[in-house]
Amino acid sequence: MAKKSLISIGDFTKDEILHVLETAKEFEQNKVQNFLEGKVIASLFFEPSTRTRLSFETAINRLGAKVIGFSDASNTSQSKGETLKDTIKMVSNYVDMIVMRHPLEGSSRYASEVASVPVVNAGDGANQHPSQTLLDLYSIMQTQGTLDGLTINMVGDLKYGRTTHSLLQAMSHFKTKFIFTSPDELKMPKEYKTFLDCKGIKYEETDSLEEHLNDCDILYMTRVQQERFTDPMEYERVKDVYRLTASMLDNVKPGMKILHPLPRITEIDQDVDDTPYAYYFKQAENGLYVRMAIISYLLGYR
Amino acid sequence: MENNINDTKLLVSALENGTVLDHIPAEVVYKALDILNLKGVDNRITIGINLSSKAQGKKGIIKIADKFFEDEQLNKLALIAPNATVNIIRDFKVVEKKTLTMPSEIIGIAKCMNPKCITNHQPIKTRFTTIDNGNEISLLCHYCEKISDTRGIL
Repeated sequence: MAKKSLISIGDFTKDEILHVLETAKEFEQNKVQNFLEGKVIASLFFEPSTRTRLSFETAINRLGAKVIGFSDASNTSQSKGETLKDTIKMVSNYVDMIVMRHPLEGSSRYASEVASVPVVNAGDGANQHPSQTLLDLYSIMQTQGTLDGLTINMVGDLKYGRTTHSLLQAMSHFKTKFIFTSPDELKMPKEYKTFLDCKGIKYEETDSLEEHLNDCDILYMTRVQQERFTDPMEYERVKDVYRLTASMLDNVKPGMKILHPLPRITEIDQDVDDTPYAYYFKQAENGLYVRMAIISYLLGYR
Repeated sequence: MENNINDTKLLVSALENGTVLDHIPAEVVYKALDILNLKGVDNRITIGINLSSKAQGKKGIIKIADKFFEDEQLNKLALIAPNATVNIIRDFKVVEKKTLTMPSEIIGIAKCMNPKCITNHQPIKTRFTTIDNGNEISLLCHYCEKISDTRGIL
C-alpha cells in the first residue's frame, strides 16, 4: 500500500472522512484491540500539549503498539541545531508511523515528504490540526445523527482559530449553514469566506453571541488564544468578549450541543457544564476513538 | 505605435541568434535575470531599462545571444511580467513570437510571507500554487497553506 499521511483535513475525501468516523464508532464500542502489536509509533511533540499528546499515546497503546518520542524539543538534537529533515529521517528508520506537533506552520507537510512512514499532523502552529477536526465531526454526527443540513454557529476567535478553519473545510461536504460570531478584530478570514462562496454555501456574520444562539444545532465555542497574538493590546481588547452562561440557554433548540476544542478559560461558564447542552468533555473523550481510527486507517488495518 | 515597433525591430535585428524578451516592466528586469539564471553566464546579454513604451510607459528589454529557453523556464517570468513577449531570433529574423502562460505551480523562486512558515526557518525549497484573481496573482504556500502575494519573489 502506498504511504498515506494525514496533514490537512483536505487530504481526506468525503468518503475517507465517513470511513474514519464509522471506524471510530467501532472503537468506541470495543476500546481495546491489539491488532497493532509489534508496531512502534513515534510521538514527536516539539511544542507542549496535554490533551492531544495523551490521547494519541493512549490510542496507540490501546491498539497494542508501543510509543517512543518526546514531549519537549529542548531535550532533543533540535536544540543542537539538527534540521527537522534529519530528525525525521532518523526517526523514520525506527518506527511504523510518526505523530508530530510542531510550532512552525507547514512542518508536518514537510515531514511527510521526508519521512518513509506515514505522518499524522497533531498540530502545526496555527495551520492545521486534522485529528481535532475529525473528532469534532464525530461529535457532531453522534449528537445530531447526521452531518447533513445542520446550522453551525462558530464563536470566538475565528481569525486565528485553526479548528474553526478546518471544521469549515470539512463541513463544506455536508450542506452546512454557518454562522460566524466574533468581534470585528477576530472575524473569519476572507480566504475561507471566498472558499464558501465558491462552493455556494451560506453563512452569516455577527458580533452578538445572543443573536443566533436559538437557531443553531451546534454551538462551536473557541478560546481566544493569547499565544497567537503578536499585539498584546489587541489580545486585551478581545480576550473576554464572550461568556456563555446557563441562563442564556433557555430558548435554544432542544437537541443543540455546545462543542469546544478545550482548554476553555472564561468563554463557557462552569454552570453550563451541568446543562444537557454541554458536550465538550464527551467531545474530548471522542478524540481517543477517532485517533485510533486514524492510525488504523493510515496503517492499512481498517 | 509605428515608431515603437520600429524601435523594437531595430533592437531585435542586432541579434543574429538568440532570445529577446520584450515588454518587461522596467522595475523587474533584474528579477527577470535572476529567474532565468542569467547571472554569470558567458552569453552576450544586452539589457534595456526605462525604454519608452506606448502601452506601458516605461519598459525593459533583455536580449540574450545564442540562448533558447524551455517554455517552462520562460513561463516563470509570468509572475513578474505577465505581458512580456518572447522573440526567438535565428539568422537575424524573428522566427517565433511567444506570450507567457502562468504556471500552476512555482517552485523555488518566491518566498512565503508567513514568518511562521517552516520554509522561512529550515533549508527548504518553497512551493506555491498560483491563484489568478483576475487582476493579480496570489501564491498559496504548499506547506503552511497561507496566501502570499508576488512581492515576496526572490
